[in-house]
Amino acid sequence: MGRRVLVTGADSFWGGRTVQAFEADPDTEVVLGLGRRSPSVPFERAEFVRADQTYSILSRIVRATQVDTIIHTSMVVDSTLIRDRAMHETNVIGTLNLLAAAGAPGSPVRHVVVKSSSLVYGSSARDPNVFTEDTPRAAPPATAVERSLVEAESLVRDFALDNPGTLVSVLRCANVLGPGLDTPISRNLARPLFPVVFGYDPLVAFVSEDDVIAAFAHVVRGQLPGVFNVAGRGRLTVSEVVAIAGARALPLSPLQTSWAAAPLVRLGLIDFPPELASLLRYGRGMDTSRLRRTGFEYRDSSAGALHDLVRSIRLRRHAGLRAPAYTYEHDVEQFFRHSPAVAPRPGD
Amino acid sequence: MTSHPPLPGALNEPAASRAIVAVGPPGAGPDDGRRSDVDEWGRSERVRSVARALYEPVYSRWFRAEWSGLERIPRTGGALLVANHAGGIPSDAPVIMHGIETELGRPVYGMADYFFRTLPVVGTLWSRAGGVPANPDNAYRLLRQQHQLALVFPEGTKGPSKSFTDRYRLRRFGRGGFVEIAMRAGVPVVPIAVVGSEEAMPVLTRIPALSRLLRLPYLPVTANMVLMGPLGVVVPFPAKFRLAVLEPVHFDVPPDQERYSRSRVMDESERIRGLLQDQVLEMLADRRSVWFG
Repeated sequence: MGRRVLVTGADSFWGGRTVQAFEADPDTEVVLGLGRRSPSVPFERAEFVRADQTYSILSRIVRATQVDTIIHTSMVVDSTLIRDRAMHETNVIGTLNLLAAAGAPGSPVRHVVVKSSSLVYGSSARDPNVFTEDTPRAAPPATAVERSLVEAESLVRDFALDNPGTLVSVLRCANVLGPGLDTPISRNLARPLFPVVFGYDPLVAFVSEDDVIAAFAHVVRGQLPGVFNVAGRGRLTVSEVVAIAGARALPLSPLQTSWAAAPLVRLGLIDFPPELASLLRYGRGMDTSRLRRTGFEYRDSSAGALHDLVRSIRLRRHAGLRAPAYTYEHDVEQFFRHSPAVAPRPGD
Repeated sequence: MTSHPPLPGALNEPAASRAIVAVGPPGAGPDDGRRSDVDEWGRSERVRSVARALYEPVYSRWFRAEWSGLERIPRTGGALLVANHAGGIPSDAPVIMHGIETELGRPVYGMADYFFRTLPVVGTLWSRAGGVPANPDNAYRLLRQQHQLALVFPEGTKGPSKSFTDRYRLRRFGRGGFVEIAMRAGVPVVPIAVVGSEEAMPVLTRIPALSRLLRLPYLPVTANMVLMGPLGVVVPFPAKFRLAVLEPVHFDVPPDQERYSRSRVMDESERIRGLLQDQVLEMLADRRSVWFG
């Protein structure tokens, strides 16, 4: 019997990519995408359910579909997209509801995979050079996104303790870069001026979007429980990042940095959320040996992920290429999946 | 879960609809596409060699640093270098790092208060020149996993902030954390006694109120500042530096233990402090002149 997979946040970039990855996996029998808005990428065979992450809906879906694997990708890590209040709702309450549904008595769920972020480690002067999965934060979380992720992860830990029969994997991803992904860093890189904090030039790690998706598949396939750091090999200084992107550094005052940045953010010249402000001051490093020891191999180093992004930015700038717009048509998709008029393809 | 070969390929295939640009082949070498030589500790050999070139006259002409027992520093493998720390804005750290790097050709990572990291410009230069925040995890990683030389001053800021009247009286060695790290990392502690640092920048007094206001660990008023004004912040007196490397201390305990006996750690820490104190006093007894050694 094949795997039955539920992917949360299927309307987002991560959920969409994850759904597509599991659609291509012959061991996966059913892929179910859950999202509040329509998916932004075409799905081949996955069923998409348009629903929010309230407990009653989630528990009904889990019971009705008998999913055995849940990939939770809907946590927001970019605070420029969403207000603090909504972030708490999505990251904490959404996770709470999902875990409650997955942990209900008689639940079919055997594996929960959560996409978290290295933001749970924060960025402070007291940080060690690299965080292992067991290193505690050096300073209490100072930004809304960090607070919500730390809280969500503690819910996941409780869930793992309460449900010893269910595997729980948490992937803490470094700053992800990729041609398809829109983040404050990638937006800044695409502009002529990249904000830096004057006098600071810390080391930062990146990981490519393909490696993150591959890491999801890896922990599901290998049934690997635990917390894993996901980051490309090596780290780059911020000045090096700016040089590779061919941008110019815009030094902001080291004192009252967020005040200095605010008017520029307003004008749309830079993106400068608080979690980026601390990263650009103290950087962050992660030890990735735990995931590597399980046999996972990264395609890209930190530098490689950045180079890929920079190439795609250049291409977009010179050729004006845009991702082909895709509009999800519910009736059409339902027709292809369920109409008796659709002839089964050979091999299906 | 029996057969699953197609998954990795399928997952890594960037479909045209997903990626705007087809992703190129993965990078080849470990440093593919790097534009600088900054290592994971923030250290740059290029900056370090410039720093060495600039510091060479200070080291050999100004301080006329002289070593004994340099052969006791291991040529390979990790070792924790431990020295006494003194003199306002202390010169002992750069002298030890410069000396070992030029004489032995081995990099030394100088561990210091994370406070340096909070300073713009200074913190970056400090890091590029081999400074590392003194954090037990950092020390362990340097010593155990990367087999490097790490330099620590167990007195911390209590050493350089003490008054000139207390010169060459070694302060408390913290809580013996350096011994525990060396035990966990399975490396020897190599004590280095330094003479000359106190007179290079004698501390007359401290201004605690101002240091609190400026959030500095301490704010010394040095003889250099009194004589030279602001220039005295960076210019030490040309005291003769003598450095003596003592016999490496090996701990007969297995590495990577969860915890080590507190009393054993404190005993060893006190013993190493005593060795350094005795050696410093010995060297002072032999010293004829502060300036000529």
